[in-house]
Amino acid sequence: MTDSNRSVTGAQSLVHSLEAVGADVVFGIPGGAILPAYDPLFDSTAVRHVLVRHEQGAGHAAEGYAQATGKVGVCMATSGPGATNLVTPIADAYMDSVPIVAITGQVPSASIGTDAFQEADICGITMPITKHNFLVQDAADIPRTIAEAFHIALTGRPGPVLVDLPKDILQAQTTFAWPPALDLPGYRPVLKPHGKQIREAARLIAEARRPVLYVGGGVLKAHAAAELRRLAELTGIPVVTTLMARGAFPDSHPQHLGMPGMHGTVAAVSALQKADLLITLGARFDDRVTGKLSSFAPHALIVHADIDPAEISKNRMADVPIVGDCKEVIAQLVAAVRAEYEAGHRADLTGWWAQCDSWRTTYPLGYEEPTDGSLAPQYVIERLGKIAGPEALYVAGVGQHQMWAAQFIQYENPYTWLNSGGAGTMGYSVPAAMGAKMGRPDATVWAIDGDGCFQMTNQELATCALEGIPIKVAVINNGNLGMVRQWQNLFYSERYSQTDLGTHKHRIPDFVKLADALGCVGLRCESREDVDAAIEKAMGINDQPVVIDFIVGQDAQVWPMVPAGTSNDEIMAARGVRPVWDEVEG
Amino acid sequence: MSTHHTLSVLVENKPGVLARVSGLFSRRGFNIESLAVGPTEHADISRMTIVVVVDQLPLEQVTKQLNKLVNVIKIVELDAAQSVQRELLLVKVRADAAVRSAVLELAQLFRAKVVDVGTETVTIEATGTADKLSALLKVLEPYGIREMVQSGMVAVGRGPRSITGTALRSLDRSA
Repeated sequence: MTDSNRSVTGAQSLVHSLEAVGADVVFGIPGGAILPAYDPLFDSTAVRHVLVRHEQGAGHAAEGYAQATGKVGVCMATSGPGATNLVTPIADAYMDSVPIVAITGQVPSASIGTDAFQEADICGITMPITKHNFLVQDAADIPRTIAEAFHIALTGRPGPVLVDLPKDILQAQTTFAWPPALDLPGYRPVLKPHGKQIREAARLIAEARRPVLYVGGGVLKAHAAAELRRLAELTGIPVVTTLMARGAFPDSHPQHLGMPGMHGTVAAVSALQKADLLITLGARFDDRVTGKLSSFAPHALIVHADIDPAEISKNRMADVPIVGDCKEVIAQLVAAVRAEYEAGHRADLTGWWAQCDSWRTTYPLGYEEPTDGSLAPQYVIERLGKIAGPEALYVAGVGQHQMWAAQFIQYENPYTWLNSGGAGTMGYSVPAAMGAKMGRPDATVWAIDGDGCFQMTNQELATCALEGIPIKVAVINNGNLGMVRQWQNLFYSERYSQTDLGTHKHRIPDFVKLADALGCVGLRCESREDVDAAIEKAMGINDQPVVIDFIVGQDAQVWPMVPAGTSNDEIMAARGVRPVWDEVEG
Repeated sequence: MSTHHTLSVLVENKPGVLARVSGLFSRRGFNIESLAVGPTEHADISRMTIVVVVDQLPLEQVTKQLNKLVNVIKIVELDAAQSVQRELLLVKVRADAAVRSAVLELAQLFRAKVVDVGTETVTIEATGTADKLSALLKVLEPYGIREMVQSGMVAVGRGPRSITGTALRSLDRSA
């Protein structure tokens, strides 16, 4: 698309810009203010529009698309309520650094500020939850603004960018030329790390006796899984992958201790607590990982590499701060550590591994079969992972099922695990799975959802059915808001206030009938013996979305657990089981 | 202990930038002591002078967060000793015939100007550091302050160096 200065409308300029920037899918819903854009979009062969049922679905679908492909996801909505319905997925994308561009219609320029019909100050509303946003005031600015929005969304620390387009700007006559010159004097992400910091980090890595590679989602954002593996295997250092980094390092790798944090493995949490060095790569010392911050990894020096300078020393002071893209940082660390080893500096990790291995073997991830004979949700998820395999994509909602999916599915490949980590947005799963399937049509995409989450966004199954997006949904139906119920069980004297959804007691809604009504195949599975058959049946249906209603016990809990606000030292391996740690000197 | 820090922030002269900057401060839990914004010698760049009272560590964090705003081009902390810092005060003092000469004398002592005279009051304009202005207000107070308005602080580094120079050069390159 190099033709210059064609006379077009603002709306045509927008569609040409989307085509030129390489957006192949847009998830959205038309409405008054954005209507001019939908007319030329009707004719575009390069951009496919997926008509969703709720703008929140469009936003999460854009996220799922972005997280599965590494490309920018695009969603579109009209002004006012259309735009405000995007707020939740935009906030979600901001918390998890997901590159999406949201395009919203706005009331005509002359009406802005008059409380016009369907007017909302969406730039003002999304200011704290976007990486940047634009209110376009001249149709001539449309190509540059779209190019800048995509550039900002994808580069540096990725994130959501919103472009608000008043109706008169879309209707105005203008010219279209591509590529436009970007004008972002204040935007210069630092990609190359400082050599001195790399050497200092390498020195600490070579001499540490109890080091841990603390790997976060930034490694995936930087497409640095291969570099990470090289660094891990060169050093032999134990690896932990956070909720956002599952899949960045193979679960089957002997150096992998699992996920750290509130529901992490005892080995991963213990290793961080007893470490003398954390090599933090694209992670941000989130409270769900650190527990009580003041007692997190109390003996460790901190090497902290992140592309966002504001993350470094935000929560935990870094001894060696490294600002840069993880791919570059890790590649340089590999070379620098190798130089240290060649100079004869290399600490012996045998004792440390003996420690880590003993935690791993003494406190492996596991669960108990429910005593009431009900189906164990963990078993369902474990079997799903085994049958669908490591090439499939797993997209979770938020809550117990999300944690079990992070724990009991073996992730071997990057970009196979999608979830809402930072924001914890219930309802993420189904629309995000839809977006992931659009981005990776050849992959099997499983949404793993709870019965609570599923009732927030299942309307997008109608979209999937009509648009030919055959995702598979495993509803882990325990009849309750399970994670909340778990906390009520543990911390609120078993007073189950407002957590029973009636999905067990009354079977309202009946998810099999609901699936059927939404144009999907609905299956139900209530016993352990039927789990494999149900999953295999779903695996065989590829021309329609499938929903399996797994009726599971309501009392299953997520373990291990570090209660919120307490020290990681308080980790409970299982109910009433505290790990013994006295083998390691502090 | 928390101390005053003066940040000079060069920003793109675009709508909404002030809201982005002030919103960031409140969102991250920092109080702005004073904020002044105005044009620079470059038409596309505005300059904000922001005074905050924070410890060194949170100051670093807020500076980093500010730097992430796409419209923020450059941030420099101006040390009080190495910069000229000024505020503007307009104060309307009760000054009838009986005390007017005393009030005018005080104004003169502080090198302040009288910018409006009425039968009941005089209005005094003064510039200076926050300390000087509060000293002036203190001596005027016994006469009765009817109304006053004070600007945020503006500041510029001492010596020949310019913080806009390098920022502008990089702008020219990107243009």
